[in-house]
Amino acid sequence: MAHEHKLEIFRGLLKFKSNVTKIWGVFTVLSIVTVVEVALGIIKPEWLTENRFMAMKLLNWIFIILTLAKAYYITWDFMHMRDEVKAMRRAVVWTGVFLICYLVLILLIEGDYIYEVYKSNYVKFNF
Amino acid sequence: MDATVAQTGTEGKTWGGGNRPLKASYGKMMMWFFIVSDALTFSGFLASYGFSRFKFIDSWPIADEVFTHVPFLHGVPAPMYYVAFMTFILIFSSVTMVLAVDAGHKMQKKKVIWYLFFTIIGGLIFVGSQAWEWATFIKGDYGAVETNGGKILQFLDKDGKRVAIGEFATTLPSTTETHTEGNGIWYMEGGTETSFNYEEVKAGFLANENLLIRDQELIPDMEALRASEDTADKQEVARLERSFINLDATGEKAIYSREMSVAKLVNDGKLVVEGANLKHNEYGTPLFADFFFFITGFHGFHVFSGVIFNLIIFFNVIIGTYERRGHYEMVEKVGLYWHFVDLVWVFVFTFFYLV
Repeated sequence: MAHEHKLEIFRGLLKFKSNVTKIWGVFTVLSIVTVVEVALGIIKPEWLTENRFMAMKLLNWIFIILTLAKAYYITWDFMHMRDEVKAMRRAVVWTGVFLICYLVLILLIEGDYIYEVYKSNYVKFNF
Repeated sequence: MDATVAQTGTEGKTWGGGNRPLKASYGKMMMWFFIVSDALTFSGFLASYGFSRFKFIDSWPIADEVFTHVPFLHGVPAPMYYVAFMTFILIFSSVTMVLAVDAGHKMQKKKVIWYLFFTIIGGLIFVGSQAWEWATFIKGDYGAVETNGGKILQFLDKDGKRVAIGEFATTLPSTTETHTEGNGIWYMEGGTETSFNYEEVKAGFLANENLLIRDQELIPDMEALRASEDTADKQEVARLERSFINLDATGEKAIYSREMSVAKLVNDGKLVVEGANLKHNEYGTPLFADFFFFITGFHGFHVFSGVIFNLIIFFNVIIGTYERRGHYEMVEKVGLYWHFVDLVWVFVFTFFYLV
């Protein structure tokens, strides 16, 4: 079994000398991202909660994007996806991503629809 | 024997068999299969959480107000810190796991043992924290009153600070007794007794002029609503202005005026809720508690089984099973599972605590 590891992250911007130093490097990245998330979650800057992009608060966009970034580094470096062949990566990631996007889209649209029905119907439910 | 072996003349070619296009061993492939299907299971749960949240978008509990506790810091509101700590524990145990895998590649038995040991400790701390989080959530803190329609009313003082029902409820002379299966109709049981009943809370509330009630409804964007020409929106503005006193606090829970508070409690109140279970939830809609128990419970079960797998390979490493086998691939496979559990937590953390 060959165990060559690709030792670059950030598209080659950061190159590590060994796999172990890369692991600590990725851990640092994940920690920084988590600290930023928690700090934003506690502070909740007003301009991020009041402004929206595509019906979602900017703060939530930041949270979701940072989460996906974290997921990327966990999968790529901790689960060694970076070292697998391209077909393997795509078989796993694309399957998941497409199905999940579809599921989320359908369920959230339906949820919002039911909210509108509740709101504008003639049934009293707040009693 | 030769007769049964067909020579196709394609040996060594792409479709000649024996080809491994993904260059991954059988065991690793199967672990990835499992991970993809389990990822879909979890996304099903999280997406249905999103569905219910969108369904009750204007009255969903605010996670910051629910998970404010840190062990040993009683009464200090510290939202997020403890979950952040749990997240770090899990990420760190992922790091020790991947270090164990790396040491396994280099056949360094001692290092694998130590790194696996730290991983297991991390996993146990996480499961323990999860249990504590559950216990705190089940116990609740301030208590609330549930209305006939299943809405939650919480109590505040004049400054908008939460007041526990125990602080103002009057004790009325009453003789309630929990109805058990043994007496009366078969298979019927009474509910759990709360420390005060609805009548006692009501009496205490009426006697104390300084108390207000907070609805689970969230204040909408009033500016946009007031600017609307729609009749339904105009009626909505009138209703909000009639009922609530904190209309400038967009996104926060609506507070009734004293007059409306009394009316709401007397007319609509039904029972006292302390803490959360699958049917009642003092923090808001019971669905929030249901999803919390189900999703974090399912994730916690994954962590627990991950700890068990880790323990098994931990002892296998100690007795030298993989040393004799010549490779530590089993550590790598269990490692994949362990990282996946961490990956799921990253999403649960975002969608339950942050967003």
